[in-house]
Amino acid sequence: MSSNADDFKGYDGAALECLKKFKVRVWADAEFGTTRGAFRGIVLPRSETADNDHIVLKLVTGYNVGISVDTIETVKEVGYRKANYKIPEKAFPVSPGKPDVILFGTGGTIASRLDYRTGAVIPAFSPGELYGSVPELADICNLETEKLYGVFSENMGPEQYIGLAHAIGKAIKDGKKGVVIGHGTDTMHHTAAVISFMVQNSPIPIVLVGSQRSSDRPSSDAALNLISATKVAAESDIAEVSVVMFGPTSDDYGLIHRGTRVRKMHSSYRSTFRTIGDIPLGMVDPQDIFTFRDDYNKRRDDREVTIDAVYDDRVTILYYYPAMRPDILDALVDLGYKGIVIAGTGLGHVNKPLYPAIKRAVEKGVHIYMTVQTLWGYVQMYVYDTGRDIMELGVIPCANMLPEVAYMKLCWALGHSHDQEEVKKIMLTPVNGEITDREPFDGYLIYQGGIPEVQEFISKIHR
Amino acid sequence: MTPQDYKALGFKCGLEIHQQLETKQKLFCRCPATHYSPRFDAEILRHMRPTLSELGVYDPTALMEFKTKKEIIYRIERDTVCTYEMDDTPPFMINDQALDIALEIAMLLKLKLVSELHIARKQYLDGSIPTGFQRTTIVGVEGSIPFLGRTLGITQLGLEEDSCREVSDVGHTRVYMTDRLSIPLIETVTEATLFTPAEAAEAAQVLRWLVRSTGKVRTGAGAARQDVNVSITGGTRVEIKGVPRIPSIPALTHYEAMRQKALLGIRSGLTRKGMQPDRFEANYKDVTALVKRSHYRPMRTAIDNGNRVYAIHLPGFAGVLNTEIGPGVPFAREFEGRIKVVACITDLPNMAWSDAPEPTLAGRLWDRLKRESSASNDDIVVLVWGPEVDAITAAKEVAIRAREAFEGIPSETRKALRDGTTYFERVLPGPDRMYPDTDLPPLAITPKRLQQIEAGLKPRPWEMQDRYVARGCKINLAHLMVMDPRREVFEEVIEKEITDPCTAARVLGQTVRYYRRANVGIDKVSDKSLVRLFELFSEGRFTREGFSAILWEMAMTPESTPDVVVERVYPPAPEFDSWESQVREWLDEVDWIRGNPQTEFNLTMGIAMDKLRGRVPGKEVARVVRGIIEEGREG
Repeated sequence: MSSNADDFKGYDGAALECLKKFKVRVWADAEFGTTRGAFRGIVLPRSETADNDHIVLKLVTGYNVGISVDTIETVKEVGYRKANYKIPEKAFPVSPGKPDVILFGTGGTIASRLDYRTGAVIPAFSPGELYGSVPELADICNLETEKLYGVFSENMGPEQYIGLAHAIGKAIKDGKKGVVIGHGTDTMHHTAAVISFMVQNSPIPIVLVGSQRSSDRPSSDAALNLISATKVAAESDIAEVSVVMFGPTSDDYGLIHRGTRVRKMHSSYRSTFRTIGDIPLGMVDPQDIFTFRDDYNKRRDDREVTIDAVYDDRVTILYYYPAMRPDILDALVDLGYKGIVIAGTGLGHVNKPLYPAIKRAVEKGVHIYMTVQTLWGYVQMYVYDTGRDIMELGVIPCANMLPEVAYMKLCWALGHSHDQEEVKKIMLTPVNGEITDREPFDGYLIYQGGIPEVQEFISKIHR
Repeated sequence: MTPQDYKALGFKCGLEIHQQLETKQKLFCRCPATHYSPRFDAEILRHMRPTLSELGVYDPTALMEFKTKKEIIYRIERDTVCTYEMDDTPPFMINDQALDIALEIAMLLKLKLVSELHIARKQYLDGSIPTGFQRTTIVGVEGSIPFLGRTLGITQLGLEEDSCREVSDVGHTRVYMTDRLSIPLIETVTEATLFTPAEAAEAAQVLRWLVRSTGKVRTGAGAARQDVNVSITGGTRVEIKGVPRIPSIPALTHYEAMRQKALLGIRSGLTRKGMQPDRFEANYKDVTALVKRSHYRPMRTAIDNGNRVYAIHLPGFAGVLNTEIGPGVPFAREFEGRIKVVACITDLPNMAWSDAPEPTLAGRLWDRLKRESSASNDDIVVLVWGPEVDAITAAKEVAIRAREAFEGIPSETRKALRDGTTYFERVLPGPDRMYPDTDLPPLAITPKRLQQIEAGLKPRPWEMQDRYVARGCKINLAHLMVMDPRREVFEEVIEKEITDPCTAARVLGQTVRYYRRANVGIDKVSDKSLVRLFELFSEGRFTREGFSAILWEMAMTPESTPDVVVERVYPPAPEFDSWESQVREWLDEVDWIRGNPQTEFNLTMGIAMDKLRGRVPGKEVARVVRGIIEEGREG
């Protein structure tokens, strides 16, 4: 048996020694004699994060079990069956009448399969695979895919943002009618915000999409999200950066959220993305797109776009808490941070002991912006003395910009200039709805369960 | 049929027994694992799509379910369901209490225990679980139990979450209640070495006895459900799902064997005609225009509602659909089931065929349809109707099922019906529907954990029963005591020889059991109090007839000690100490009936027992009363 690294995939320590000792490979069909009796099955790769004391077998029934190395007395390889986990690839059909859409892959669970290294899921896609698993896409557009990155969304960073912005610019120049970006959901709203700033005046829709349940599950939201997002990219006239994800937890419709006003609001719900402090742009189901408003940038026929992909990552968010000590702010300044977005309490407040540290930071040229940790509502620092004092120290209120959006915008602004006035002008001039003049009466609807009329609503409408 | 007849047929049967465990919480979340309720607070809607198995293959069941395109509605009640069951929160770590019970039962079944649990996802695209899969794990493999003088092999024991309860399934909408979802369940799989229907039922009984003997499983309606696998020589495995009662197993397995025999008969009939599956072609076409004037009501109503009718030409199938495959069940029902389940055409009848014995379309019309399809006398035409997409699915399904007639017995799971026959449920899934659960890491089962469980392990029920019998307990009572929740009281009473085993078994297995079922609070009475009660009985403080009244009073006032309760129910009554002397007075009360000794005896006993019940054994009273009556007669 010639040995290669994959023969013992994921195994280490005692388990690896055991496999080597008995000359058994991963994917071998083997009989194990143990102190707890005989077990037969196919040796599976082991997750690297699991312990080194067990060998995983797939029994003939399809179940997996772990055998403790301590109990193994004999092993005999009787066969070999390597898994070929491959979504059936079918050539994506091209229809002359359908719009050309490009799908950029950055990672995440929108299209994924099992990863034996971690035992979790990893991204996998090509037009053929996507067509194999979501054939409905061919009814909407001619799809091209390009894998830009393969990272979980928490590992997205400046390099990826800038690369993505340029890739979008190129797609527009190439005459694509829509862009879809497959993205992990955790930081999808960060990317949506920064791309809103880096890619301006787009003639076509730029839609971020992901899934909360990976596509290797029968009940995954991936297929409907992908269908919805592709439909918005191909057919809608919303030439903006948006996030399209499940509206309710039911398999029903998606919501179209403006890229600068959207936030992930639940760690695991399908309907996790919500527009904050405003209403969404619209909704989409496999049949139709409905818009709720008209104040969005309309699709154009030209190929003009402004790509402004700059970024300075010496920025942080300071999430204020009671009795915060000023030394943390001093430390940030001393470490060389150039921008600080404070998520303040209430209308935008921090405690008095922080004042000297703020004063010192501003004097050292650090740009400090105030947002609210309540997420909904405006920073209104003139209401209380505290607010006025803090403004006096040089902290600039960000109106109703979401903290994460303010963070991304400050990174982008500092990529342009470090001049206080210049940065302030960039920050406070809305690019695309990150600051709005008005908060509509129905921009803050968090229904509370238990209230009779809410109970009546959810008993009638699939949420 | 005799066992020899079943042997000649090659009858083989295996069981998969699903048993809910008695735990406080569900298997992968902290919802209470308690009650079912018909009320619900909200509904959510889901669709299911097939996904690849771990080894990169699609499961046939998954593809079949995908063809059906069901909208699945889940009804959710606040008290029984959280976001986990809705598949909006990943699973929490597995319920330790459930795992310990599963390990205990695995030990009783002498299974080889795995060292590390791997949670798998078993795909169920019918929607019975909102995730589209059941989280399940293997606890042990290859064990055995003694059975009818031989051993019955146990293939494996799995620990898994229970599924939803189906409310309705009409057209393209299926509705489920989610309260039962995720209650811990063990699945015990036996080898297919049960050779008669009676053996299958007996094995189910023995296994039920074994799990109940732990006192850690749920009882009552739906707490245990059997899947029964049946095959005969020359056939394939067919699984009858969700048999709620063990007594229905013999009829179900018998009729299933007969159905399989009939299907094999149909196959040989077709081959005898020289027909070959690879050359078999069943074409279908839209014939709505042709049949739209027919008076056949079910089809006419469908057409009036805008549905389409498709005709499928089945060459060589004359007479075949009328072949009986069960009591009063024609082969056509197999087609009807497929159309109903796969094409979602749930209004029955959903098909008609040209040589059906019952009147459907006019003969003239059938002739025309046959002519249009160029069907010979040896052929038949089948009609299906429904919304266009469904009708086409139905037509294709009829062709598929017809082709499967050449295979003989398709691998299916079938639903148990009350009359002992079964109905198509879905294509039998294989190992390709298994997928590792990426949400939970593997869990090592430590030797320490196993030692702890082993230390508390009770003997197996038949061993316990033998011990009770050896102590003088009757076998039928011993059998019940093994799975009685008050078994520990029973054991202490017979161990310390406080009273005779049969009395203890009757009191615990009948009176206490009756009060428990009547829910009068007997469960609040401690084991210790019950033991003390038996002591008072053996000291002669009351008679056997007294248990009923005393236990009632104990249930009503669980805070009182048995001594106090016995005192209250049967206070010392010196006037009864010499009760024999009072018997003549009581006899005088029934003086008016004198001359009819039997009635005289009955009435006197009535008066006497009213006063003496619980204090003096009835037998003793009867002896004295009868003696005095006879004395009087002589005197």
